[in-house]
Amino acid sequence: MAVAAKDVQSGTDYKFGFHDEEDYVFKSQRGLNEQIIRDISAHKKEPEWMTKFRLRAYKHFLNRPLPNWGGDVSDIDFDNIFYYIKPAAEQGKTWGDVPEYIKETFDKLGIPEAERKFLAGVSAQYESEVVYHSIREDLEKMGVVFTDMDTGLREHGDVVKKYFGTVIPPNDNKFASLNSAVWSGGSFVWVPAGVKVEVPLQAYFRINAENMGQFERTLIIAEPGSFVHYVEGCTAPIYSTDSLHSAVVELIALEGARIRYTTIQNWSNNVYNLVTKRALAYRDATVEWVDCNLGSKLTMKYPAVYLMEPGAHGEVLSVAMAGAGQHQDAGAKMVHVAPNTTSIITSKSIAKGGGRTTYRGLVKAYNGAHDVKSKVRCDALLMDDESQSDTYPYMDIEDEKVDVGHEATVSKVGEDQLFYLMSRGLTEAEATNMIVNGFIEPIAKELPMEYAVELNRLVQLEMSGSVG
Amino acid sequence: MSEPSLLIDNLHVTVEGREILRGVNLTVPRGETHALMGPNGSGKSTLAYTLMGHPKYKVTAGKVLWKGQSLLDLTPDQRAKSGLFLAFQYPVTVPGVSMVNFLRQSLRAVRGKEVAVRDFRKDLKSAMDVLKMDNQFVTRYLNDGFSGGEKKRAEMLQMAMLKPEMAILDETDSGLDIDALRIVSEGVNSLAGPELGVLIITHYQRILNYIKPQHVHVLYRGRVIVSGGPELVGRLENEGYDNIIKEFGPADDDAPQAAA
Ligand SMILES: Nc1ncnc2c1ncn2[C@@H]1O[C@H](COP(=O)(O)OP(=O)(O)OP(=O)(O)O)[C@@H](O)[C@H]1O
Ligand SMILES: [Mg+2]
Repeated sequence: MAVAAKDVQSGTDYKFGFHDEEDYVFKSQRGLNEQIIRDISAHKKEPEWMTKFRLRAYKHFLNRPLPNWGGDVSDIDFDNIFYYIKPAAEQGKTWGDVPEYIKETFDKLGIPEAERKFLAGVSAQYESEVVYHSIREDLEKMGVVFTDMDTGLREHGDVVKKYFGTVIPPNDNKFASLNSAVWSGGSFVWVPAGVKVEVPLQAYFRINAENMGQFERTLIIAEPGSFVHYVEGCTAPIYSTDSLHSAVVELIALEGARIRYTTIQNWSNNVYNLVTKRALAYRDATVEWVDCNLGSKLTMKYPAVYLMEPGAHGEVLSVAMAGAGQHQDAGAKMVHVAPNTTSIITSKSIAKGGGRTTYRGLVKAYNGAHDVKSKVRCDALLMDDESQSDTYPYMDIEDEKVDVGHEATVSKVGEDQLFYLMSRGLTEAEATNMIVNGFIEPIAKELPMEYAVELNRLVQLEMSGSVG
Repeated sequence: MSEPSLLIDNLHVTVEGREILRGVNLTVPRGETHALMGPNGSGKSTLAYTLMGHPKYKVTAGKVLWKGQSLLDLTPDQRAKSGLFLAFQYPVTVPGVSMVNFLRQSLRAVRGKEVAVRDFRKDLKSAMDVLKMDNQFVTRYLNDGFSGGEKKRAEMLQMAMLKPEMAILDETDSGLDIDALRIVSEGVNSLAGPELGVLIITHYQRILNYIKPQHVHVLYRGRVIVSGGPELVGRLENEGYDNIIKEFGPADDDAPQAAA
C-alpha cells in the first residue's frame, strides 16, 4: 500500500519520501472561502467563539498584503490548496484504534519504537487531524495536559479561550491570519504550577496529501515554577507541486517557569515553511527555542521571546541549512519589554550548492527596559562559491542602560582545514562532514541524544547530496 | 644504508604561480632519521606540504617515490593511509570536533577498519602518559584555543596513535619549553624503530640533541645545497648560514633555471 517515492530532483531515495494512498473520510475542496471555514469549524463541533475567531482571522488574511521582504512567496497559489483534511472518522484513543495504513506510516517514522524508549507522550499529526495520541500515565498523574489542540479546545475550553491567540493575534501577519482561520491539529500542553516534566514531550508531524496546506496550532502554558521540554520533528514526502506549511506556536511561561521548545524539521524541498512562533516570558521565567531547519523550498521563521517582567530570560539556538534551490530565512526576535531581562541568540547556518541562508534578527528594548543584556552571535558557513549568506541584525534600543553584543562570522570551508583532516586519513567527504558537524555542535549538544544523532545524520545526507 | 623509503628527485613546486622548490633531491632510507634545516622562507614547509599533497602546492617537475611507488598521484588521505604523516608547523583549528572523536575517526580511516573502543582507550591513555598530557585534553575541540606548545603536543599525540612509517615533523620543536621539548622528543624516540623514518625540520640544535639524525640536509632557496652528517648541525649553530651558503650555495641566486 505504501509506495516508495523517488526524489525526482536528486534521483536518490528519500528515506521518508514514501506516501500512502489517500483514504480520507472528509476532504475539503481546493481554495478557501467563508463557507469552508464555517464547515471546518462545524465539522470539529467548535464553540461559537472559535468560529468567530476563525472568520475574523480570515478577513485579516484577505486584507493583509504578502510580505515584501524575506523570501519570495509570490509563487504560492492559495486557491490551489486543500485547507482541511480529516483522515479517519474518529481520533484513535488507543494504539488498536489507529487505522492500519496510518500505523504503517508511523512504523516507518519509528514512533512506536521511540515511544517504548522514553516517549512521555506521542501526538503525531497525520494530515490536519491528530489521529493517535497517548500520554504516559505518570504525566497524567502529575496533572500535565498533553493533547492535540482540537481536544484541548473541547476539554479545556476555558484555558484555551484565555490564552489562544493572545501571544500571536490573528492579525499579526498574513500567514498567522491564515493559520488562525483554518488551523487544525497541533498540540495543547498545560503544565501545572511547580511540576517539572523531566522527559521531553514529542510530536511528529507529517504532510501527506499533495498540495495540502498544513496549519497546525500549538499552545503551551507553563504555570509558575514549572518546566517542560517540547520536541517536534518533521519529515515530509516529496511531491512535485508546492506545499504550504504555516504553523502558529504560542508559548506562555509564567513566573519562574521554563519552557524549551525544540524543532528538527526536514521538509521536502518543495515546501513553503512559513511559521510564526512567539513566547511570553514573565517574571524570572525562561524560554528557549532550539530550532533546526533543514529542507523546504523557503523557510521564514523567527522565533520570538517577549520578556515581559524583570528576571525573564530568552534564548534562541538555531541551525539552518540550505542546498540548491533552497532559501532559509531564519532568525530570532527578542523583545525586552521589562528591565533586568536577558537574551541570547545563537544562529548557525550552512549554505551549499548555490543555497541561500539569511539571518534576520531583532533585538528590541523599550524605553524603561534598563539593565537589559542581550548577546547575538551568528555564524555562517559556506561550502562553495555559489552559495550565499546574508545577515540582517536589527537593533531597536530605546533605553540607554542596555548592553547589546553582536558578533557575526562568515567562513568558507577552508582548503587548509580540509587538507589538515585529509592528511589524517579522512576522505574529502568525511572531512567536510566533520567540519560541518563541528560547526553545528554547539546546537547539537543541546538536543536530546537521538535528535542530535538524527540531526547529524540529516546534515550528512544533505552534504552527500552535494558531492554526488 | 638500507633501501630508500622516500626518494625525492629533482622536485619543482610552485605556489600561487611562484616557483618555491627548484629541484630538490633528498633520500630518506627506511628507519632513518634525517634533519632538514634552512633559513626562513627557503621552502622547508613547502616541501612538507607537497609531500602530504596540499592542493595549493603544484608539482611542475620531478618525482617522489614512496616505498617504491609514485607518491604524487595520491590524495592526502591516501598518503596518510600509506603510512605518511606530517606534524604541522601551524596545526589547523577545527571547532566543535573533540580531539577524542577526531582521533577515533582518523584512526579508523588510516587502519581501514573499526577500532575497538577498549583498545583505543588503552592506546590513547598510554600515548598521553608518554607525552605527559592531561586527561581532559582530549575532550577539547581540535586545536581550538590550544597554546602553541599544546598544539605541538597534540600533533605528537596524533602521530603516536596513527603509527606512521614516515613522519615529517615541521618545526615541532618551536614553541615548546625546555621540559616539553624533552618530553616530546622522548615521545618521538619511543616510536622510533627500524620501521619508522623521520624527517625533522628545525632551526635549532636542541631537538637534535635528543633525536639524533643520521643525516642533515640544508635547504636554501628551494634546493638542498648540502647534505652531511650530524656535525653539520654544530657548524650551523656556531656560524649561522652565511658560511655554508658561501661554500655550497649557487653562484648566481637569480638564475635558478640555469643551475642543475
Ligand atoms: N600558500 C602560500 N601562498 C603564497 N606563498 C607561499 C605559500 N606557501 C609558501 N609560500 C612562500 O614560499 C616560500 C617558502 O615558504 P615555506 O613556508 O616553505 O618556508 P620555510 O622554509 O618553511 O620557512 P620557515 O622557516 O619560516 O618556516 C616563502 O616565500 C613563502 O612566502
Ligand atoms: Mg616552515
